[in-house]
Amino acid sequence: MMVTGVPILTLLIALPIAGALLLLTLPNRDGAKDQTMRLGALAVSLVTLLASLALWASFDLSASAPAFQFVERHAWIPSFGIDYYLGLDGISLMLVVLTTFLTPIALLSSWEGIHERVKEFSIFMLLLEAAMIGVFLSLDLFLFYIFWDVVLIPMYFLIGIWGYDQRLYASIKFLLYTMAGSVLMLVAIMGTAWLQQQATGQYSFDLLKLYELRVPEHLQYWFFLAFAVAFAIKVPLFPFHTWLPDAHVQAPTAGSIILAGVMLKMGGYGLIRFAFPMFPEAALAFAPFIATLSVIAIVYGALVAMVQPDMKKLVAYSSVSHMGFVVLGITAMNVQALQGATYQMLAHGVSTGGLFAVVGMLSDRRHTRLISEFGGLKAVMPRLTAASLIITLASVGLPGMNGFIGEFLILLGAFRWDPRFVVVAGLGVILSAVYMLWMFQRVYYGPITNPENSHLKDLSVREWAVIGPLCAMSILMGVVPNLFLAPMAPAVARIVQRMEAREPMRVDAGWRSWFAGATTPVAARASAVEGQ
Amino acid sequence: MFNSAFDAVVPVVCVSLAGLFALLAEAFRAKGERMPIGGLAVIGLVGAGVASVLLWGRNASSFGVITADNFSLFVNLILVVVGLFTVLFSSQTLERDGLPVGEYYALMLFAIVGMMLMAQSTDLLLIFLALETMSIAVYVLTGLRRDQPNAIEAAFKYFLLGAFASSFFLYGIAFIYGVTGTTHLEQAGAAIAAQSMSASPMLLIAVGLLVVGFAFKIAAVPFHMWSPDAYEGAPAVVTGFMSTGVKAAALAAFARVFLSALAPMVADWTPVLWGLAAITMVVGTVVGVSQTSLKRMLAYSSVAHAGYLLVAIVAANDLGKASLLFYLASYAVTNLGAFGVIALLGSREHANDDLRDYAGLARSHPGLALLMTVFLLSLGGFPPTAGFVAKWYVFSAAVSSGYYGLAVIGMLSSVVSVYFYLRIVVMMYMTERDARPAPPAVSGLAMAGLVASVLAVLYLGVLPAQMIAWAEQSISTIF
Repeated sequence: MMVTGVPILTLLIALPIAGALLLLTLPNRDGAKDQTMRLGALAVSLVTLLASLALWASFDLSASAPAFQFVERHAWIPSFGIDYYLGLDGISLMLVVLTTFLTPIALLSSWEGIHERVKEFSIFMLLLEAAMIGVFLSLDLFLFYIFWDVVLIPMYFLIGIWGYDQRLYASIKFLLYTMAGSVLMLVAIMGTAWLQQQATGQYSFDLLKLYELRVPEHLQYWFFLAFAVAFAIKVPLFPFHTWLPDAHVQAPTAGSIILAGVMLKMGGYGLIRFAFPMFPEAALAFAPFIATLSVIAIVYGALVAMVQPDMKKLVAYSSVSHMGFVVLGITAMNVQALQGATYQMLAHGVSTGGLFAVVGMLSDRRHTRLISEFGGLKAVMPRLTAASLIITLASVGLPGMNGFIGEFLILLGAFRWDPRFVVVAGLGVILSAVYMLWMFQRVYYGPITNPENSHLKDLSVREWAVIGPLCAMSILMGVVPNLFLAPMAPAVARIVQRMEAREPMRVDAGWRSWFAGATTPVAARASAVEGQ
Repeated sequence: MFNSAFDAVVPVVCVSLAGLFALLAEAFRAKGERMPIGGLAVIGLVGAGVASVLLWGRNASSFGVITADNFSLFVNLILVVVGLFTVLFSSQTLERDGLPVGEYYALMLFAIVGMMLMAQSTDLLLIFLALETMSIAVYVLTGLRRDQPNAIEAAFKYFLLGAFASSFFLYGIAFIYGVTGTTHLEQAGAAIAAQSMSASPMLLIAVGLLVVGFAFKIAAVPFHMWSPDAYEGAPAVVTGFMSTGVKAAALAAFARVFLSALAPMVADWTPVLWGLAAITMVVGTVVGVSQTSLKRMLAYSSVAHAGYLLVAIVAANDLGKASLLFYLASYAVTNLGAFGVIALLGSREHANDDLRDYAGLARSHPGLALLMTVFLLSLGGFPPTAGFVAKWYVFSAAVSSGYYGLAVIGMLSSVVSVYFYLRIVVMMYMTERDARPAPPAVSGLAMAGLVASVLAVLYLGVLPAQMIAWAEQSISTIF
């Protein structure tokens, strides 16, 4: 049921932009048309969701399918070989669906919380959606970089205008931090395109062509670092994570949901799609170091989350911990681990989106996010408590929920590579149960200690529409993981295959001996463990 | 045309005639009578633009010292655009500030004459003359608000330092003449290339002096001291004009001199310009961070942009030359737009160039705030605006010559610059207005100009292919 002739990928990007432009032209004097703005943005995002589901339905799962489907290609800047080049494989498909799934939920979550400059808010949300979809669909590095950078602008405004008290500091820190990383990546992109020009006589930013380019090792070392740092900041990997708690705590609920749900995934996606396959020798050489950082992130994020008095900050640090798993899965670079990493990205998007939505609902009611202000909410808000429990358990990684599948696959794959990382990372799984359940207990169980909490309203219909799909998705992803794993499997296999064919370069003799066990080629690694 | 020997000067003649008519109109104007002198300027500029387009690809030259190759024609067209935008933004502000209309347009047009000649000259002496024609007109424009002490101070400072730098430049020409026996670029280049590989000390001194002269005009660190004062003292429209026009003309001449006549000495001057570019980018952005006056902030920003433009010259390849032209074009439309907003928001009593003056602008002037945001994002190099493509182009040129270090310094300094551009955005969108009076409304004509420049910024950012192709064509004929 492939729809031919319809540039569906362009349509996916263009729909939210068109919606934003439409809203821009509507007058909204003194907020008279706020409700129209909200409904308009929601309608546009729902149509985009439907379009992306249609895309999924017509996505070719068969083994003979091409690597990238629905490819669209038009010359853009011919003298540099820059094309408007879109296409998607299973990984991008899933992330696009995650984006279109979370955007209407984010819009709904801020229905009442945002009551100033609703028009601008709706426009920025739609532009953000378009840019994020563009990131996942671009197969031309120049185009990718443009979307990558454009994402920052609406998010900057979302935090800066509709955020909490420290929003100015948080928004500028978010922007400068991410930008500093990405401009170095831009220099590396320029360098790669130049090497392509040297090798073939023609500039190209075509990702698939650049995959075939053999970058000299001394340059590969730096190019990989530039790419990896840009993506590590986005993920965010320890020690590049310091922007995240500020941005999350200050962002409005919708911003937090998108930030944690989709934008962090752009970092993981970048590692999988660009940094590792483009510079495989350097990537394999650096993998042990990155894995070390990722297990530090897992444990450190969990420990810091445990002592947070602020729920939003707790969830933010839990993201650092959970995204550490994703990076660990990517660095292990075998089929299980990479499948786990991609799956964990989706699962984390859903469950963390849910956590931020719940925190948003509580803070809408009480205008505080401190755990100590709450307690015993189960008695007054049984429905919210139930929904919150589902999301919490999903985040903890209870078997049967979405968080379990991803983490399990990652640990399995990483064990085949280097069991030492798994030992430490496993600690993170336990710690995540500790901080999440402890927070849940302090907020919902026990007697009502604060009289202000005794008359809180339970979930409204709108809030059901926010949390319901997230809960359902958490369970669905845990029960039928194959629905989501199957589209991604060929793409994952292709990347692992490409990496297995390469040998790691020498980073440094000293480091090499220290990580002697881990810098053997990926294929040899797996067989060595199996042979034991 | 009557005689093809005059072809190359037609654009310059058009603008000169318009300037002369503007002077005459001012002389015959009765006191208090309103005359559409701006219309004269538009006619002259459009004439020059049409002439430049017609001359495209013909490689005309006149008198042996003025060329109309595509490179200079491209610069001419940039200057025409700069002039037209300046006229659009001027009409409202001149009347408001009570500035002498005829004088203003005449000086502006004569400055453009000098700028066009700078780009078109192939002889060092003529470049010097053109430089002086441009500079003297701009000195006067800087001090146009004669009742304001800081305008007088700015003009005086600019004039003294500018005269000093000009003498350096002239001295450099003398040394070139001393070594090669000619001031004509091609002949001097041939003479230098014919000499032994190791450059003579005289030649090195000449290069150094020329660098100082040019670096002063483009406000490269450490020769930038005049620019914040001059930019602040001048009326905002004039600031926009000089930050784009003077820079374009000076860089065009800079590129021509260094990449043709002095090309054989590329190994000698590259390290100097490398350092100059690096320190200019860093100082421009870092000092810009601490400014609270918008005009000073944009003055330092334009210092930083001079650094980015120098990178294109350091790259010293075809990519660099083409990227220089593209950068100048996109910088012109962006910066003119930004200064246009500042100019239009001012009033006679209150220049409105303090950062706090922009608080809450998104509420009182949502359209203007949006336009300003686009200009600032473009200055900061965000896609999908002209500024991003321009930076990418310039640094691609640097990378293709192996200057990774310079590209990294430039990119990181552009991140720092984003900080201060966003300070303005923070004021407009995220801060409430205090008791200060709201800025005035903007006339339709000026608004049309702003919208046109925003469209240009977005066009160059989204569909840059055509402009890049033109930039590539324009360097294919020379050097």
